[in-house]
Amino acid sequence: MDKSNITAPKRIYAKEDVCIGCRLCEIHCIAAHSKYRHDLIKTFKKLSKRPLPRIVVEEDVPLSFGLQCRHCDDPECVKACITGAMQKDPKTGLVINDTERCIGCWTCILACPYGVIRRDYTNKKVASKCDFCLESGLEPACVKNCPNEALYIKNTIKYYDL
Amino acid sequence: MAISLLTPEFIIERNDERCIRCQVCVRQCANLAHIYDEEEDRVLADDSKCVNCHRCVTLCPTRAITIRKNPLEFKENANWTASAIREIYKQAETGGILLTGMGNDKPYPVYWDRMLINASQVTNPSIDPLREPMELKTFLGRKPEMLKVENGKLKEKLPPQLELEVPIMFSAMSFGSISFNACQALAMAASELGIMYNTGEGGLHKDLRKYGKNTIVQVASGRFGVDPEYLNAGAAIEIKIGQGAKPGIGGHLPGEKVTAQISQTRMIPLGSDAISPAPHHDIYSIEDLRQLIFSLKEATDYQKPVAVKIAAVHNVAAICSGIARAGADIIVIDGFRGGTGAAPLRIRDNVGIPIEFALAAVDTRLRQEGIRSQVSLVCAGGIRNSADVIKAIALGADAVYIGQAALIAMGCHMCQKCYTGKCNWGIATQDPNLVKRLNPEIGARRLVNLIKAWAHEMKEMLGGMGINAIESLRGNRFMLRGIGLTSRELDILGIKAAGE
Repeated sequence: MDKSNITAPKRIYAKEDVCIGCRLCEIHCIAAHSKYRHDLIKTFKKLSKRPLPRIVVEEDVPLSFGLQCRHCDDPECVKACITGAMQKDPKTGLVINDTERCIGCWTCILACPYGVIRRDYTNKKVASKCDFCLESGLEPACVKNCPNEALYIKNTIKYYDL
Repeated sequence: MAISLLTPEFIIERNDERCIRCQVCVRQCANLAHIYDEEEDRVLADDSKCVNCHRCVTLCPTRAITIRKNPLEFKENANWTASAIREIYKQAETGGILLTGMGNDKPYPVYWDRMLINASQVTNPSIDPLREPMELKTFLGRKPEMLKVENGKLKEKLPPQLELEVPIMFSAMSFGSISFNACQALAMAASELGIMYNTGEGGLHKDLRKYGKNTIVQVASGRFGVDPEYLNAGAAIEIKIGQGAKPGIGGHLPGEKVTAQISQTRMIPLGSDAISPAPHHDIYSIEDLRQLIFSLKEATDYQKPVAVKIAAVHNVAAICSGIARAGADIIVIDGFRGGTGAAPLRIRDNVGIPIEFALAAVDTRLRQEGIRSQVSLVCAGGIRNSADVIKAIALGADAVYIGQAALIAMGCHMCQKCYTGKCNWGIATQDPNLVKRLNPEIGARRLVNLIKAWAHEMKEMLGGMGINAIESLRGNRFMLRGIGLTSRELDILGIKAAGE
């Protein structure tokens, strides 16, 4: 396998020790995927239908952590997808849902062992999941805006470094 | 229940044009000052619960919140100020001693701000620390009267010394008064910086033993967590006699804060009150203190310097002379602006003397008696910046302790509510939901940045004075001039007036 053109796949990890349950990751995720992009005030003031947060803070205090798509090595959602909308990008290792091809059958939701794919009735009738903020070309909004550095990106080369 | 006469101290202002109802403020306020009204879809505030700690202000993603002093005025009265009236209301309602946290906040003169530092011009060259080496390294401990050299080597072993890369250490703050994460941040930073942090009287948590080389273990009147392993775990031992914020007063960690970890670390039963008596019950004289100093030296095989910490009080110079003669290697003097996790308000605001006078008086006295080299002097209590450090060293300190400045670096906003245990910044609390808010890695990074920044500034100031080693500034009071001081004050500080 030619490794030269492989971007090291990145994944977002949570540090539950220091997650403070503020849910700023969710808020910034919503804004990052709205048409106003990173403008929080416009996103929340102007849009009656806002995108769903693609990261959810799971909480059983004092334990809490932000959970989003793990971009699995062997993703169940990709295998389950009936239209081929859910794909694992061989270059980046990210699992991305092509919203044009997604028909909202939600088989992926049944298949995902982490419960991180959600039914987005509000925006488009498609499965909503973490896209690593690829379109913005910036660091994922949840990681960038976590006030306590409880989310971080770690390069995981293990699988691809075969 | 009769109505409380206390009105809110602060007003929470929310800009509704910016508030997006994300409820971060609601989730972050441990005092429950923010409330979300689901029916109205609005975030409301209970101003009476606000302590002005800025947690909500800082975390609000749209900067919608401001906290203001309540504009409500009492009839103007120079004697019966708002705080004087409010304190009476509070005591009339509770019948209790007023408690507070952090250092004295009354407008007593800050003498650091009345001393100015010298610089070289024409007749002697200043030094650029970016181009030439500049030494801040400091050794604390008893120095021999003379060095005996034989065949180019020291004939006698030097007494144990503490080596500091920068003459700044983190003050004693116990696990109990501050959170584990705060202790860990201090330990990590001290270890990275090559300086010391101090356990306070709360014992040493087993997970922090690995930072032993940069730890000063404290033995205070409660003797919490003290055993031979503890005494040998650090680089030095400090006997705490007094604290600047509450001279003559002991401590009391309420049982509800004595969690499993604290119980284990302090070696006391779970949930029991941890009471530090006002005096050490085995120290009633200098001779008794000598016994404890030598007991501790014996327990550590004379390998570790022993420090004695006292609050700056009226006869501080004579007391320190006694402490030096009792065999202490380091004397720590804590001024009346020193911080605390909890102190009676009247004690904090009215007992003790300014550290600047205490330090100058002690250094002068020890020099007069010819015993200055027997001890190192550490100055503590309200050091705010690198200029204060330089001035303290010029007045005669070997090093300084910073407590409040370190806490501020970690996120403290000086709301002075440490004693409530509801610190929204995860510092002065044992609530696991709040402790998590202080990420030890971020805390340590900020502390390291602070000390590095101060070290740079100190080098700049030293260079300006034409000095290339902190050792040459130590006790060099010619480098200070007083401004707006009486001649009596100048005499005690041992400095000349500006222009002289």
